Amino acid sequence: MEQSGNFFQMGGYAFYVWSSYGLTLIVLLINYLSPKFSEKKLIAELVKRSKLKKTDIK
Amino acid sequence: MARYRYFKDSFVKAMSVTPLKLFSTILFRDIFLGMRSQSELVNPLVFFIMVITMFPLAIGPEQAALMQISAAIVWVAAVLASSLTIDGIFRSDYEDGSLEQMILSPHFGYLLVGAKILAHWILSGVPLVIMVLLAGPLLYLPEHALKTLFFTLILGTPILSLIGAIAGALTMGVRSSGMLQALLILPLIMPLLIFSVSAVNNAMKGLSVDGELYFLGAILVLALTLAPIAVYSALKIRLGE
Amino acid sequence: MWKWITKFASPMHFYLLVNRLTPWLGWGAAILFVAGVYGALFYAPADYQQGESFRIIYVHVPSAWMSMFIYMVMAAAGGAGLIWKTKVSDAIARSSAPLGASFTFLALATGSLWGKPMWGTWWVWDARLTSELILLFLYLGYIALQSAIDDKRTAARAGAILALVGVVNIPIIHYSVEWWNTLHQGPTITKLDTPSIHIDMLIPLLIMALAFNLYYAAMVLIRARHEIIEQEKNSKWVQDLIIDKVAV
Repeated sequence: MEQSGNFFQMGGYAFYVWSSYGLTLIVLLINYLSPKFSEKKLIAELVKRSKLKKTDIK
Repeated sequence: MARYRYFKDSFVKAMSVTPLKLFSTILFRDIFLGMRSQSELVNPLVFFIMVITMFPLAIGPEQAALMQISAAIVWVAAVLASSLTIDGIFRSDYEDGSLEQMILSPHFGYLLVGAKILAHWILSGVPLVIMVLLAGPLLYLPEHALKTLFFTLILGTPILSLIGAIAGALTMGVRSSGMLQALLILPLIMPLLIFSVSAVNNAMKGLSVDGELYFLGAILVLALTLAPIAVYSALKIRLGE
Repeated sequence: MWKWITKFASPMHFYLLVNRLTPWLGWGAAILFVAGVYGALFYAPADYQQGESFRIIYVHVPSAWMSMFIYMVMAAAGGAGLIWKTKVSDAIARSSAPLGASFTFLALATGSLWGKPMWGTWWVWDARLTSELILLFLYLGYIALQSAIDDKRTAARAGAILALVGVVNIPIIHYSVEWWNTLHQGPTITKLDTPSIHIDMLIPLLIMALAFNLYYAAMVLIRARHEIIEQEKNSKWVQDLIIDKVAV
């Protein structure tokens, strides 16, 4: 485990290593967040619809 | 309408006859109908020649440079031209409803599909093969390589029709189906391109081309056995069974 | 056993199952990611040839594995949907496509980021990268077909055919590309080859691969749940569900 002060420099390969990890993180996050948001939107829409229906009946 | 009546009559006749008769009825019907719309026959060939022409214009007329990539150009142009013809396989029959009747009939679904694919190959593949042989000299393809090119096309164009038919069946009646078909077909036929072009290149160098031709033959056999099944199921799905 | 499977193939039970499973899968993936990244960046020794740049394999190789694995899942789920006509398997097949495409993209992008210091160029027509690129095209074709067909169930079943054709084709593509590559490049060895791997390097890799798998499982279930709710929005169980939400 070589962890000197130049850990972030990755032996000169900093750009390549960190952009690989960063890109992976971004893609994984997008894939996590986009269905979360769209599901929330869908549920909200359905809730709204069911409320409308209720008031219609009344 | 006339087309529909022609089809209906022949179809009613076909219902009471052997598979072979059914196959040939569909085949000749499709060829007959295809022959009537000449622009659909000729346009892909014109497109093919135009693509071929663009390369000398883009690269320059040097014989050596063109000869080196001639096989690649011819094959890429042939693949593009043939993927443009795919839309015609099922479109008109889908639009006038006759395809639905064919698929709904309890008889020999795979044969029907096979006949349509064979008709497509005869109408688009065969003219393309002839065209390629005429286009070869434009790119200074040497004569002994032309023979290999011919063999790769004879083995390759049926594969294009078979795989194209899958894409055509899946995208029937879809908006901008032509583009979508190309997107679906092109990744699937990349092995075909690799083997064919490398066979022609080997022929130019005077090397053996048996390996590539065997591979092409194997892919053709595989496509012949599996593609009709895929096309038939795709048609059933797209027509809502 | 069969009863159990058919039970969870019903949309409502699937919804309940997903609700119960995803927290476990999600947290499992998160913990493994932390462990894996720690192992990848600190624990694993630098490669003697490639130095620190080899640490890219910890995201590159699992992405490449996932890209192929997800295509298989997509085709298998699609095939199951064709045979048993279950909505859940259709939803899983459809939800897999964007995830698979993202992993394929990641494999390509990180491969390129690795290739730059190793080969000196961003892109080399190396057999593995080329196959991966064609796989990306297959995914994109599938996604394009999905968005072109309006009826989602028809789209899923048409997609299943396409995915199955793709599965038959993948080995052919793979070998043809490999063959093409040796033909044109001669014996130059691809430097992306995993170096004869040391056990300390292997453990983080396996942890990362497992993390990617759990992540995929959680994400595909969430996406499929969304799709199921949308398709079933007029059914009684979704209405009841919504009424519960309104009551809260």
